[in-house]
Amino acid sequence: ASTLLYVEHSENGTVAPATLSAAAAAKHLPGQLEALVCGSGEAVKHAADAAARLPGVSKVWLASDAALEHPLAETHATLLSSLAARQKPSHIMAASTAQGRNVLPRVAALLATQPVTDVVRIVDDDTFVRPIYAGNAFATVQFKTPPAVRVITVRPTAFPVDQTAAAAGAPGTGGKPAPVEPVPSELLAPLGSVPAAKWESADVRSTGRPELGSAKVVVCGGRALKSAENFAMLEQLADLLGGAVGASRAAVDAGYVANDLQVGQTGKVVAPDLYIGVGISGAIQHLAGMKDSRTIVAINNDSEAPIFSVADYGLEADLFKAVPELIEAVKKVKQQQ
Amino acid sequence: MKVLVAIKRVIDYAVPVRVRPDKAGVEALLPKLSMNPFCEIALEEAVRLKERGVAAEVVAVSVGPQHFQDTLRTALAMGADRAVHVPVTAETFAAAGAAGGGGGGGGGGGGPAAASESPLQPLGVARVLAALAGREGAGLVLLGKQAIDDDCNQTGQMLAGLLGWPQATFASKLELAKGAARAVVTREVDGGLEVLSLPLPAVITADLRLNTPRFVTLPAMMRAKKRPIEAAPLESLGLAPADVAPALALLAVEQPPARAAGTRVGGVEELVRRLREEARVL
Repeated sequence: ASTLLYVEHSENGTVAPATLSAAAAAKHLPGQLEALVCGSGEAVKHAADAAARLPGVSKVWLASDAALEHPLAETHATLLSSLAARQKPSHIMAASTAQGRNVLPRVAALLATQPVTDVVRIVDDDTFVRPIYAGNAFATVQFKTPPAVRVITVRPTAFPVDQTAAAAGAPGTGGKPAPVEPVPSELLAPLGSVPAAKWESADVRSTGRPELGSAKVVVCGGRALKSAENFAMLEQLADLLGGAVGASRAAVDAGYVANDLQVGQTGKVVAPDLYIGVGISGAIQHLAGMKDSRTIVAINNDSEAPIFSVADYGLEADLFKAVPELIEAVKKVKQQQ
Repeated sequence: MKVLVAIKRVIDYAVPVRVRPDKAGVEALLPKLSMNPFCEIALEEAVRLKERGVAAEVVAVSVGPQHFQDTLRTALAMGADRAVHVPVTAETFAAAGAAGGGGGGGGGGGGPAAASESPLQPLGVARVLAALAGREGAGLVLLGKQAIDDDCNQTGQMLAGLLGWPQATFASKLELAKGAARAVVTREVDGGLEVLSLPLPAVITADLRLNTPRFVTLPAMMRAKKRPIEAAPLESLGLAPADVAPALALLAVEQPPARAAGTRVGGVEELVRRLREEARVL
């Protein structure tokens, strides 16, 4: 048995935090863990070097080709499935991110197998637990006939990264990197002729804040914030706490923040150490995206708001008064530390 | 150009569900079934393409039990030109003695299915849709990004893989001119948006913000009731029950762990103190 991990990386070659979680999840599976890094140019080389230091990774496959420059499902899935056909891993794994969810089911189709997506617990080789009905239930599913290869994506928040192990593998700390081997060139050759989308552009903003899906602290705002300008308050609080800013669907639909900040069933799933919901009523769709947070704080002036039923600490107050107070109080705490 | 839209019937998004005592699935607290909201968005987009003269015909397709036809009627009322139903039930597999016989459960696996659930899993649905896309000569297949019952988020990607077509998942904007050879799609990705240009034929899956589906009027619904729905059995598509039999068995469906009841705090000062001293997160 062995697992082939599909590595997600940024344009500058940094391995995505979600991939670290997927590597942590792979420890629940038997056999060696090999990583595949797809891309082009310097970025993919950097990413391969970084992947070689991921805890548990015994080998890195490096696929560098112009056709792989952008994470297009067509070319990435073709390469992943052809490498799998050659190496015959028992599992192919990726993080359940926008990219992982885009690519892995296509890989499964190319390998004629049913994938299991958004896994939150690995019971054994063939048995997995995944949320259904927006996290209102958890289904344990098992392959009736074990397939040649099981294709799975894992929910990053369900598999915490061992920070010590991750740090031990970090460059300069003495961790011995795994060998990096280029994928056979005959697997790259057909990629140029795969019918594929053409990547035109991306509008990915860098806020300097941690990524929402892996942040230790998340401050979320709802429609009660009343304007985009008022979100600055939450950004200030998030920055003080070293956290990310998120929003309810209502706040996104009202145009206060960008789409990619939506926390919930159809948006991002977060499970930080500290979640602070400000002016969020707690629609079921939103709760599905945050209720696994370790400590939940809710600030709302409606004492009946459903979010209070999942909050460890509920503060019934006017947010326009409470948030500035909280900012000042946190500033004091930080000064003392 | 012909546009194919895949439609799934699910427990209405507004109806609460609870785990069944026998752990075999979930039950809805109200017997209300509806078109999966993301399928509705995909269909709305297709109908708009028709209205703009880009699409010549919109064909709504549903694979599953007989009652899925009710949702296909809604699709006709929303503006689909034709509806095709591929009947598949748990009995389909049992009768054929196929692998996974008797299995059902759209909630991510086999086992006894709730009344709303399709016994199919995404690979099976994708195989049916691939066959239909071929039969119809579709230039574009639109699907919802996921169904809100099993939350799989797989079918569109798998269909594109089976057909060898380009794909754009999580679409929030579609630009397609009449007679154009390419569609330009804005997709929602982690951290922002991405724009792809896809040569047709292609598969596109709809995210929440692609559009706001129209309301179905009662007269439109009444007219739709009189229109035919074509039945396309698996055999007519060159498929056997074994091709679409579920690969996964559903062992158990369980309730998520409940959170312990929290407390109310009197003010910001108390909140900060308890976050420091009890929760130790500050």
